[in-house]
Amino acid sequence: MLRRASLKLLLSGSLALLGSVLLPVKVLAKWNKAAFTATDINAALAACFPGQTINRSEQIDIGVHPVVENGAVVPVKINTGLPNIESISIFVDKNPNPLIANFDLSPNCIGFVSSRIKVQEPSNIIAVVKTTAGVFKTQTFVEVHEAGCG
Amino acid sequence: MSSSIRLRTKLRDGIATVSTIIRHPMETGFRIDPESGEKIPAHYIKHITVLHNNNAVLSCDWSRAVAKNPYLSFMFEGARAGDTLSLSWVDNAGQTDSVETRM
Repeated sequence: MLRRASLKLLLSGSLALLGSVLLPVKVLAKWNKAAFTATDINAALAACFPGQTINRSEQIDIGVHPVVENGAVVPVKINTGLPNIESISIFVDKNPNPLIANFDLSPNCIGFVSSRIKVQEPSNIIAVVKTTAGVFKTQTFVEVHEAGCG
Repeated sequence: MSSSIRLRTKLRDGIATVSTIIRHPMETGFRIDPESGEKIPAHYIKHITVLHNNNAVLSCDWSRAVAKNPYLSFMFEGARAGDTLSLSWVDNAGQTDSVETRM
């Protein structure tokens, strides 16, 4: 009886969500294929931020260990004090596909995101923050001892 | 049937810290199965939506290079105890899962 009740709850919850925002077909269609399949960092940046100049900012901080034993799981924290943030994106310039993840933040989000990524070889991790005032970036180099991409 | 999503919320002075670990292989498609010699097909989460009281607070687009069993944390203002928070993901195979919690 507990299993039936919890299944019913799970289904109703999922259906409610699927009906509102998360229609798989819709969200997958918006996934930026050109940006995610680009094999060169400049092409990936251009596909994400077409026509934009990306300037360095000292108000973005990348928290990551400079030397990483296992490239398959690299914890990364991005902090930024820039105002009016729209998105935070993470790139790894030497990965087969440099664009790793994009986070679209609502206006009440704090400039912070933390995750774990794969880094294939010693590379620059580049954090790009899009605000209403423009697109800004910073980067930090990570030494990797064991490959992370497969 | 348990969820793949472990969702934790912490509320302090109106600031919510949300953290989650999602059980997912995040297979890149580059790995070769040592037994069969075949490439293991890519299988990874492409999109995550987080709703706070039914408003989208975070929307993520991911590549295969997010780590296996991915961890995610972010923070937002304006949350109150009793608010609902839900997280849903969709992967490249069209599989989905979601979870909802009260803050």
